[in-house]
Amino acid sequence: MNMYRQALDSLRPIVAAIVVTAGAFALFVAASGYPAVEALMLVGKGAFGSGFAWQNTLSRAAPIMFTALCVAVPARAGMVIIGGEGALALGGLAAAMVGVWWASRPVVMVLAGMALAAWVTGGLWIGISGWLRYRRGVNETISSLLLAYIGQAVFNFLVEGWLRDPASLNKPSTAPLDSRDMIGNIPGMEVHWGLAWGVLACLAAWWLLRHTVFGFAIDIVGGNPRAAKMTGLPVGRLMLAASVLGGGFAGLAGMFEVAAVQGCANADLMAGYGYQGILVSFAARHHPLGVIAGAILIGGLGASNSLLQRHLDLPDAAAQVLQGLLFVSLLAFETLNRRGGRHA
Amino acid sequence: MDGRLPDHAASLMPDGPLSIQAIEISKRFGDIHALDQVSLQVDAASFHCLLGENGAGKSTLVKCLAGFYRQDGGSFLLAGREQDIRSPRDAHKLGIGMVYQHFTVASGMTVAENLMLARDDLPWLLNLAREHQALQSFMADMSFRLDLSARVADLSAGEKQKLEILKQLYQKRRLLILDEPTSVLTPAEADEVLGMLHQLTRQRKLTVLMITHKFREVTAYADAVTVLRRGRLAGTGRLPETGTDEMASMMMGNPENRPVQTGPERTIPAKAQSMNLAAERLIIRGLHGSNDRGVPAVTDLDLVVRSGEMIGVAGVSGNGQKELVEILLGQRDASAGEILVDGLPYRATRHEMRLHGVYSLPEEPLRNACVSSMTVAENMALRNFDQVPVTAGWKTGWFLSRRRMVARSRSLIAEFGVRPPDPMLPIDGLSGGNVQRAVLARELGQPVNLLIVANPVFGLDFAAAAAIHQRLQMAREAGAAILLVSEDLDELLALTDRLVVMSAGRIVHAVATADADPVAIGHHMAGGHA
Repeated sequence: MNMYRQALDSLRPIVAAIVVTAGAFALFVAASGYPAVEALMLVGKGAFGSGFAWQNTLSRAAPIMFTALCVAVPARAGMVIIGGEGALALGGLAAAMVGVWWASRPVVMVLAGMALAAWVTGGLWIGISGWLRYRRGVNETISSLLLAYIGQAVFNFLVEGWLRDPASLNKPSTAPLDSRDMIGNIPGMEVHWGLAWGVLACLAAWWLLRHTVFGFAIDIVGGNPRAAKMTGLPVGRLMLAASVLGGGFAGLAGMFEVAAVQGCANADLMAGYGYQGILVSFAARHHPLGVIAGAILIGGLGASNSLLQRHLDLPDAAAQVLQGLLFVSLLAFETLNRRGGRHA
Repeated sequence: MDGRLPDHAASLMPDGPLSIQAIEISKRFGDIHALDQVSLQVDAASFHCLLGENGAGKSTLVKCLAGFYRQDGGSFLLAGREQDIRSPRDAHKLGIGMVYQHFTVASGMTVAENLMLARDDLPWLLNLAREHQALQSFMADMSFRLDLSARVADLSAGEKQKLEILKQLYQKRRLLILDEPTSVLTPAEADEVLGMLHQLTRQRKLTVLMITHKFREVTAYADAVTVLRRGRLAGTGRLPETGTDEMASMMMGNPENRPVQTGPERTIPAKAQSMNLAAERLIIRGLHGSNDRGVPAVTDLDLVVRSGEMIGVAGVSGNGQKELVEILLGQRDASAGEILVDGLPYRATRHEMRLHGVYSLPEEPLRNACVSSMTVAENMALRNFDQVPVTAGWKTGWFLSRRRMVARSRSLIAEFGVRPPDPMLPIDGLSGGNVQRAVLARELGQPVNLLIVANPVFGLDFAAAAAIHQRLQMAREAGAAILLVSEDLDELLALTDRLVVMSAGRIVHAVATADADPVAIGHHMAGGHA
């Protein structure tokens, strides 16, 4: 009984934020001279209005689940990591290269190798931020954001240079994967298997945090570092481990984009999933199960974008305005909720 | 000076230094009498010191005078006239200013800008040239100066405290209240600042009322002293007639009047005999450590605690006790020195804590020892969530059994009487006493060899305090070595076997509690020498 009420209480600010976002977006659309009500209806329709819309939404949700975990897991250890985009890009690149170099091996081995390479690369990249925090006291939020830019620059440098497939003329890319190594769709849906793995990753992260010694230690460190130190926990190392783990998830997002969507590593990997993950993780209060729902919601906003453009001729930036509004109002309501007395 | 500087609303009052008379001031916070009919007389142009232990009511009294609190009973006469001081603004209008222990200056701005900021009547538009002129003529009148264009960040601590005082003088304060103004200063800086204040009182420009713990400052500068003890007036005296011994005995109360120690029968003789044989459980050698601001707080500290022995660390708060405890707990790094537990180097790792049975009861348990977002059961598992039985069965080592966690916490809750007895409640929903009980249950829920305790009953009611004291005594009887850091000397006298006094980051006095003389201890706490 109590648990249901708690769950309902925690949903309240999210619902309020969605309502306020819808209102503000309608105002914005109307002020720009477009029909507001129709725009809102189109968002709903484009995200969840049809089987096709759902498939589009879920395809976008898959990588966001991984990138949101890149925020959520370190957040449980008390760190705000916002550089998932860089780990996604480099993880995707590492996966693409393993896929090309191992092209003649068995499919399972290729995919496992790609996933491992992506995991390790993403983990090491975000691990740099964790290490800087642990060893040097550098603010991990700033360092992870700056590392994201560096990561994307390194990605571009490699893809446009040493690792470029000479056959890719207009859009610099790595050599394409063998089609047999591509990840297919879930039977009966136009959605690739990445979605299932994303949900599985969220479940695994939840289980890890809830039911393992490691997860409990992470929660103590994030909840009160002083108490963690007093009980002798290695606070710095746990924070480092949480950041490596989170970065690994972002790397996997890149691997699935390569193996299920793009077929190679190119600039299309950096579609902003890393940043959308931040939004989702905060909306879910860094709870891995909440991440699943949040990713579907944000995926839906992305999916409705093309419908808005086609039907109302709204500019491309409208979707970003919508996301931005949602993020700001989520944070605002979260703060208000906390100030309004948690024990009420 | 500039006619637009603070116009005193109470302009009927004569200029020059204020005299104060506080008549039977009382103030309660809930059930606690912070002040119980305290009277105080401060002559105009005098340098008056207010002495007392922590919690004696000194700060409460001056805060009533400065308008931060409103007294429940009694009245203030300023320059012989009764005044109703309802807010700090009222106090400012009467010419009362306050300087705190910690700086309230904007460090990125210049001295001149800080002086302007301090004005209550700063206009919306500043005529900078005119303000600077006013400031310069103000500075020219002062016997000590600061460079008006200097950035505050570049000033030394002593200069910052001078700036605080200049801020008050610039607003033509006639009574300056200072709350331990020298605690962040070096002795030389303190002498400079206090000397300057003393001079201002001699020039009949100012009355000074200063809270201090240091006898040295009282004997060097004060004209008169008022001593508070437990919210009551303990005595007054004029300087230099009143000696430091007299002040110390006023501060600590008559030895006969101190509460007799309660609790289980003590076995001191046997203990004393075995003392030399008992193992040296904790050895601290040449320990150094800094506080949050990077200033040395613990300097060259040596201490030994033996098993079956409770050692009390007395001292005025802010003399390095907090940092010492944090270092022992692993919350702060030592900058030099060594800590040995059972003869082995100790770095407060989880493994070492378990190996040597080191547990602790820090002050402010919610801040130091609990995760407030977690439940009571989870908080009680902080020590052993990675151990059998919480990870027993196939789950050993890697996985939690939340069922066992809750079951174990239920039995601890019953054993230690935590209320309400619900392991699933968030810990920050419990009362202070019950949070402390929950932590105590966790820390004493297994055999303990060394226990670090800091202000364990601060803010708790009598029953909760007695229960916790009893647990500490039981742990000692069971052979644990206990280090008890407390601001409450009565607590230390009642519980401990040996007492050390910490002052300015080092141990300055050590004595067997049975032979302890509160007056001598008060002397050492106040940085004097007996």
